[in-house]
Amino acid sequence: MSDLLYVGKNIPRTIEVDKVTGRAIYIDDLKRPGMLYAKILYSKYAHARIKMIDTSKAEKLPGVRAVLTGYNIPDVRVGFLKDQTVLKKDIVRQFRDEVAAVAAISPEIAEEALDLIEVEYEELPGVFDPIEAMKEGAPLVHEVDARGKPIKSNIIPMPWKFKAGDIDQGRKGSAYMVKDNLSTTWVNQCCMGTSGCIAEFDMNNNLTLYNQTNVVFHDKQRITEYFAAIGLKGKNVRVVNTVVGGSFGTKLDTDIYEFISIQLALKTRKPVKILFTREEEFRALPPRQPARFSIEQGCDKEGRLTFRKAEAILDNGAYTSWGVTTPSVMIMPMSSLYRVPNVSFEATCVYTNNIYCQAMRGYGNPQATFAVETSIDRLAEKAGIDPAEFRLINSNHSGDITPMRLKITSCGLEECINSVKKRLNWGDKKQKQKNRGVGMASLIHVAGGARVYLSDGHGMMIKVDQDGHVDVLESGTDQGQGSPTVISQIVAEALGFRPEDISLTFGDTGLCLWDAGTHASRHTFMAGNAAIRVCEKVKKQILEMAVEQMPKLIKSGFKRRKRKDPNFVEPDLDYSLISSPEKLDIKDRMVFPKSAPDHPYFKLEVSQILRSGLHVGIGESKVVVAEEFYDPPTEMLDREMKGNLSLTYAFGTTGAEVEVDEKTGKVKILNLFAAHDVGKAINPTLVKGQIYGAGYIGAGYALTEEIKLEKGRVMNPNFRDYKMLTAKDVVPVEPIVIEPGDEDGPFGAKGIGEPGLVPTAPAIANAVYDAIGIRISDLPITPEKVLAALKEKRQQQ
Amino acid sequence: MKKVSVSFTLNGDLVTAEVPPNWTLLKTLREYFELTGAKEGCGVGECGACTVIVDGDAINSCIYPILEVEGKSVTTIEGVASKDGALHPLQKAFLENNGVQCGFCTSGMIMSSKALLDHNPDPTEDEIRASIAGNLCRCTGYVQIVESIKNAAEMIKQEK
Repeated sequence: MSDLLYVGKNIPRTIEVDKVTGRAIYIDDLKRPGMLYAKILYSKYAHARIKMIDTSKAEKLPGVRAVLTGYNIPDVRVGFLKDQTVLKKDIVRQFRDEVAAVAAISPEIAEEALDLIEVEYEELPGVFDPIEAMKEGAPLVHEVDARGKPIKSNIIPMPWKFKAGDIDQGRKGSAYMVKDNLSTTWVNQCCMGTSGCIAEFDMNNNLTLYNQTNVVFHDKQRITEYFAAIGLKGKNVRVVNTVVGGSFGTKLDTDIYEFISIQLALKTRKPVKILFTREEEFRALPPRQPARFSIEQGCDKEGRLTFRKAEAILDNGAYTSWGVTTPSVMIMPMSSLYRVPNVSFEATCVYTNNIYCQAMRGYGNPQATFAVETSIDRLAEKAGIDPAEFRLINSNHSGDITPMRLKITSCGLEECINSVKKRLNWGDKKQKQKNRGVGMASLIHVAGGARVYLSDGHGMMIKVDQDGHVDVLESGTDQGQGSPTVISQIVAEALGFRPEDISLTFGDTGLCLWDAGTHASRHTFMAGNAAIRVCEKVKKQILEMAVEQMPKLIKSGFKRRKRKDPNFVEPDLDYSLISSPEKLDIKDRMVFPKSAPDHPYFKLEVSQILRSGLHVGIGESKVVVAEEFYDPPTEMLDREMKGNLSLTYAFGTTGAEVEVDEKTGKVKILNLFAAHDVGKAINPTLVKGQIYGAGYIGAGYALTEEIKLEKGRVMNPNFRDYKMLTAKDVVPVEPIVIEPGDEDGPFGAKGIGEPGLVPTAPAIANAVYDAIGIRISDLPITPEKVLAALKEKRQQQ
Repeated sequence: MKKVSVSFTLNGDLVTAEVPPNWTLLKTLREYFELTGAKEGCGVGECGACTVIVDGDAINSCIYPILEVEGKSVTTIEGVASKDGALHPLQKAFLENNGVQCGFCTSGMIMSSKALLDHNPDPTEDEIRASIAGNLCRCTGYVQIVESIKNAAEMIKQEK
């Protein structure tokens, strides 16, 4: 591997020069001729009956081109459980319910028109707590299900149940046991670029949707299904991504605003753009799924885990998006973080009149790992074993098959724990400092794809034109992680070209092959593996062409020289050196014989060969193009929620050192070491970028970030009141990149997009405990909670 | 609304904008001049994605009234590279140090840090962090942005 030219190197992001010169086109910047601007009217109540909507005044406002309500568009259900319509009629169930939408010639006029829409509501009793919502007699959020059958309870009929081994047996074998309740709240993904799209129909009713989704083909699929229901069956949907201003999970579902822009474009026959304001981003975008856990664990005298039993209650909000499936990811840390033989995990999702939830970096893993790792810390303490040692005793190892049937291939967990321990100076600091403390937490996450759909495939096409420029077309998206650089490094390495020879087209269903989406930390792994395979085919085509063209090109070169110099004598060359593709190789765009890489005559620039191969004659001329659909040999989870859904897994450990100010309750992070088994860093600087960024969001999750909901209303829909950490807050993440190499990863690489976030909050929480002897069991650990807990502790003493 | 005429220097060129008087500088840049490098991340001066330099100071153009710009000199991200296309050290450093991820905050980050380096070519880390405290970034955790700015300061020193 040492002779790699580009993989493993810190190639700068030069390919993205548009982003530092103001030329990158985000959805904000894109205009289509004749484009209209849309605005959405949201509900004024968390739960109410719509008695009347009058849009007549809005329709008359000059510049308004369309006003839509649930009463004048098809009554079609959309979403994961088909539990909502695009515009709501009769009943609203949350403050973000879309009641009407306007398209106008400017955003200002559209906004003005919203004020002219009159809606009369009759407020209904709401329910804002999942525990309350489960009780008999609680107000029902939905009266009927997608099929029109009456609903009797707010509990979503999607029970998540996982069982492995025998909990009772585990209890019997336990010398120590702990039981805890922990909870996490709503947090906003806070993409700097807000949500938006442009819908545009041609006169045949084919749609182009300019978008910034993570999942162009799922988006296409959902819209195609919607088309079938609204009388546009068979019409094409092309989803084209602009540059994406951050994602962090927000773009995994097809949001209601996308359907609204489609309806308005259909009505007006004009391109229609919707672009969220920051306030809408907070009020009307599904945030991270909150969860409440009850978790119980035990270990034997030696500290070996005997069982883990956990239950989760999730506030689903009023409708169902990907938030409802976060338990499927929670099962992974619950069952497979550390070796634990007997596991039980159950999750219940409950409708409330709160905002509904979606995905965010790490999916359900940060929530569940907060529960598992807090409990592990408590259990270690109870067993009288150092928490780092306790984690080492129970560490996962290569070759393990976990209770979820995950097959652990490469696993650097032990090394991660040990390196964090060392860097934190653990032995000298643990339980030894007043108001200062250290803590750690680990993680497991998918890192080799995630088979959540029947296909976890990734399609890639590569063509090489006659000038030797390489075009890579794939349906992944770059939401900032640096895929253009990373994929160009992999392609350059695998093809023998240079990164600057490569252009990438991402996220366009009209040009690219199917891909399951850029989620689950899968892009480098999947696209990298696809790239290696497609490059093999492309290279073979070029070398076959070289076998045909090289002798001709070399001989015609001699002829030209002879014409210029009559004394030139053609050298007697052994053309068998270049007589088959297997004998040739490409490096730095030069094609040469493997047996004589520095041969003075048998070394040709690739574009010479490509040009020559293109211009042979009818029936003989060739273009170089190949594709690959890489679908890894993994398993869908079965009915018991078991199966090897990823080809490899990420492991990591975060170690935190904090200082707690007893007077203000403020937690200061002094050190944050984030050790990650990344398999192989394709671009170490970019890998660190993922770890820095994820660690930073994790620190916010731990300490400051929460959407404050009061009876369903978002009370802090701006950056002044929603506390994202700033450059001045200094989150001192120090990545420790561990590279054991993974046999299934492209050049040994595993996914690293999400892992850095997952263990950060529990590591900080455990460090807070070490500092002041208090466990804050409800994220975020705000100064108010710390002060209240300190006060309570003093009163008890 | 009756339009007003505002003349100022934009990226070195004398320009006149005919826009409604209630427009902000950001809206004028994006809509009138079609310079879309400055972004609207919040519209209320809290995120810094719209940062441009006016008479040497980094300002939030989303809350800067266009009428205030009369006679002033405005530099946007589009005016940072030299006219022959050579990147400014900050632009190079952001690409080399992974100071850019999704890129939405990048224009503002570069403008804030350019205003800093123009005044203070040798800033401490605290000064760098203070200069971008009003520029929110969700991707990077700021570490590699700070490294980029330090690296750019060094490049500028070496150029001189």
